[in-house]
Amino acid sequence: MNLAGLFFYFFSTVAVASAFMVIAGRNPVHSVLFLILTFVNVAGLFVLLGAEFLAMILIVVYVGAVAVLFLFVVMMLDVDFAELKQGFLQYLPIGVLVGLIFLVELVLVVGTWVMGPDVATAIKAPIPPAAQVTNTEAIGRVLYTTYVHYFEIAGVVLLVAMIGAIVLTLQHRKNVHRQSIPAQNARSKKTAIEVRKVQPGQGI
Amino acid sequence: MAIGLSHYLTVGAILFTLGTLGIFLNRKNVIIILMSIELILLSVNINLVSFSAFLNDIVGQIYALLVLTVAAAEAAIGLAILVVFYRNSGSIAVEDINTMKG
Repeated sequence: MNLAGLFFYFFSTVAVASAFMVIAGRNPVHSVLFLILTFVNVAGLFVLLGAEFLAMILIVVYVGAVAVLFLFVVMMLDVDFAELKQGFLQYLPIGVLVGLIFLVELVLVVGTWVMGPDVATAIKAPIPPAAQVTNTEAIGRVLYTTYVHYFEIAGVVLLVAMIGAIVLTLQHRKNVHRQSIPAQNARSKKTAIEVRKVQPGQGI
Repeated sequence: MAIGLSHYLTVGAILFTLGTLGIFLNRKNVIIILMSIELILLSVNINLVSFSAFLNDIVGQIYALLVLTVAAAEAAIGLAILVVFYRNSGSIAVEDINTMKG
């Protein structure tokens, strides 16, 4: 077996094992850390497939942003996670049965399908040889020309998600004095200062 | 035995099954359910990228990139909803999320 095959089995074994630990873990923090391990190993699989750009994006976006977001939320919520784990065994037999049937069906599909005869002619954008054009440049050449609308829509989706998350979680607290800029700008010498004559011995 | 397309598809199928199993088993913890959805989207990405590599067509990687975008947006919105729900009800159990029923 060559080195690439060895690395394929290493990455896929660790990815599957850590994905199992994600759903079986007792502590959600451990689940998030195993999720990170899964993503890193799948990034290794992507490198083996020659998709280096997606592998690095997977690490940057998932490990750097999404998994840290999960960690923040898990640590911010003060929840008794042992209590949430209560019904785990109750659903275990039926869950394992359904999962097993599903997996067998998927593997049967993977094992028996054949490529259609006209697939080779339907290729839209062939990957250029890696010696001439890097993977990142090849993706950029297609993404910014043919698929530029998809790219822009993806940007809008991310913007909407960002605004939505901010709007959802923003809370206006009571009893906090906020700066009112219109009220400040509306102040003039007339409204701000009052001159009074004080008679001696009387006060105001 | 050389590593072929079906090897990668099998890994994707196993990860997909583990994701659905996570939704089945963790019926109470919303955070684990969100992580299972991430696993499912990851397995879809494995399928897209492996088809892209073995068919020599780069469009699959473009679609994987778009799936990644949607997955990140979904995680952000889902976690924001979760935080707001926890702030209102003090719990994240799935069974408690029934106040919107008619």
